Amino acid sequence: MSRAETVSVSVRPRPLWTLGLFRDELRTTFRRWRTLALLGVLAAVPVLVGIAVRIETGDGSSGGGGGGPAFVSQITNNGLFLVFTALAATLPFFLPMAVGVIAGDAVAGEAGAGTLRYLLVAPSGRTRLLLTKYATVMVFCLAATLVVAVSALAVGALLFPLGDLTTISGTRITFGEGLLRALLIALVVAASLLGVAALGLFVSTLTNSGIAAMATSVGLLITVQILDQIPQLHALHPYLFSHYWLSFADLMREPVHWDDLTRNLGLQALYAAVFGSAAWARFTTKDVTA
Amino acid sequence: MAPYESDDTTTAGEVEEPRAGRRKAARYVVPVTVMGVAAATIGLVPALADSGDPDLPDITAAQLIEKIAQSDVERLSGTVKITTDLGLPNLGGLESGLLSGATGGGDGEGGSSADPSGRLTELASGTHTLRVAADGPDRQKLSLLENAAEYSLIHNGKDVWGYDSASNEVYHATVDEADAKERSAQQPPATPKDFAEEALKAVDDTTSVKVDGTAQVAGRDAYRLVVEPKQSGSTVGAVSIAVDGETGMPLKFTLTPSSGGSAVVDVGFTKVSFDRPDASTFEFTPPKGAKVTEDTEQDRDHGDFGFDKQQRGPKSEEDLAKGLDGLRMLGEGWNTVAAFDTGAGAGLPTGEEVGGDLGGFLGSLGDQVKGDFGKGTVFSTRLVNALITEDGKVYVGTVTKDALVKAAEAGK
Repeated sequence: MSRAETVSVSVRPRPLWTLGLFRDELRTTFRRWRTLALLGVLAAVPVLVGIAVRIETGDGSSGGGGGGPAFVSQITNNGLFLVFTALAATLPFFLPMAVGVIAGDAVAGEAGAGTLRYLLVAPSGRTRLLLTKYATVMVFCLAATLVVAVSALAVGALLFPLGDLTTISGTRITFGEGLLRALLIALVVAASLLGVAALGLFVSTLTNSGIAAMATSVGLLITVQILDQIPQLHALHPYLFSHYWLSFADLMREPVHWDDLTRNLGLQALYAAVFGSAAWARFTTKDVTA
Repeated sequence: MAPYESDDTTTAGEVEEPRAGRRKAARYVVPVTVMGVAAATIGLVPALADSGDPDLPDITAAQLIEKIAQSDVERLSGTVKITTDLGLPNLGGLESGLLSGATGGGDGEGGSSADPSGRLTELASGTHTLRVAADGPDRQKLSLLENAAEYSLIHNGKDVWGYDSASNEVYHATVDEADAKERSAQQPPATPKDFAEEALKAVDDTTSVKVDGTAQVAGRDAYRLVVEPKQSGSTVGAVSIAVDGETGMPLKFTLTPSSGGSAVVDVGFTKVSFDRPDASTFEFTPPKGAKVTEDTEQDRDHGDFGFDKQQRGPKSEEDLAKGLDGLRMLGEGWNTVAAFDTGAGAGLPTGEEVGGDLGGFLGSLGDQVKGDFGKGTVFSTRLVNALITEDGKVYVGTVTKDALVKAAEAGK
């Protein structure tokens, strides 16, 4: 751990110090094999989807009659749609699962490995450490989404034609604007994961076992997804963090339909606030024995 | 996230303090407070937003109806939320299968998923979000917003396009300019205006019409016009129409049943603008690789877009009347019951002894009744009740079951 060198004598931490902690945290997270493997799996999804669509439509027929993930019928005409399809395919499970693994491991993993104690020896304060952890998970959310998007764009450009595209409202936009919307969609998808990230971090402060925290986060994710499918619970649905996830597709309408998008972002902010503060309440009062 | 300043526990050794337990608990107040504030905000904000009754000059019901009639909004764009709860028996997929089968749309032979006739029947149940835009009589657009997809119906001059983004299928038809006006009048009701006009057609001396204060709809000040049947026995409790104070355009239409509960039909703008929509809204070129279904002239004469098949309200009953012999209207006003003979002689096989499984099934959906007309089965929804007698006579109306039976006895 290189953090030992950064211990300063002053009691009040300086902003630069926090930045250093954040940088170290990022480095340790993104150097883990586990993280790289997760990103590799995410990058492979668009490749699989792209090749499958290519083989399926090799005989000249256009993609299936409306089945499968969103936008899939448009991929053969415009490779940019692979970005939207790949995000729609990974958002319900792959992306949040990866985030749940990283967030669940954030505190519990350190506690389990016995390294949390050393982190707390530094006069950074637990709140600051927790904030750094959450910031790192947020960066991972963005990185994971961008990995999917960039991989999809590359595969889409290789296998299918690119050009002007038709929005789902039937109007035409230029390829440049389409790219801009793809970027916006990637940002919204990354933001959609913040609720899971906060939930995972909270679970992570509850236990000293990294595996238990990861399993709980992913289990909660699956539970919520199942609850969201049960029509009898429709009164509950607007409060489930995954309920508005696919609203990112509303960015492809013309004009953009903001209602569900803002609801989604508001819900993620709420989950981040509730579980973030719960994680703070737990972590700042917890006995760290390991 | 918590502020830095409150962070006073920097080391692990302080937990032995006597007050530590209380302080531990105190920290959990933060997430609980956040949740409480959020719940309060979710609960209160809509209530606060609704509470403002705008000040508008007084107006009589007659003046308001006149205002609606004179309103000629040609340019608008907005979002419409439509909720219909007809109380049809829940048959799951069977119901929608029957609906699309009845209109010959959707999955039928040679049908395209972009064909308007099949798609617009979806509006008959559940909650849907629509987008409407109009710029004069020649350019209109109606979009049905779905999950990550959209169905758009675009009328621009001579062309009518239907585009289903989920399957990337296109429907195309051409209309004569002269024909276009008539055609646009034939569209199924989708906006509050369409519904309001249908409801106001029914206004006669059996109806009470009054202005019931004001309301805010889609951020605009509106009058509330309430139309109620004077007679008892109708399943229609009240029709409430919110009319824009400035333009006279109906912004919201709500039909509540006399039996109480949620509205049967609730259509309202959630967003509306009377500016000219962007010209590009009405432009459509089929995307590359899309499957285009051309609607030929003969097909349209035959099916006429399927629009006429979906006409609701009195008009469709009249259309229906032409096709059936011996149609009689019993009663007057809101309690009118349509009676006709299917000519089947035996009626529906609803008794256990005749229809076997199917008979039992159909019978279980309705209630058996007896009267001067013999035996029959009443099929109820929240708005429309129908009585089918053993000898094949059918009585249909927006009246309660008792009133329907009474009308059938009187009409016998």
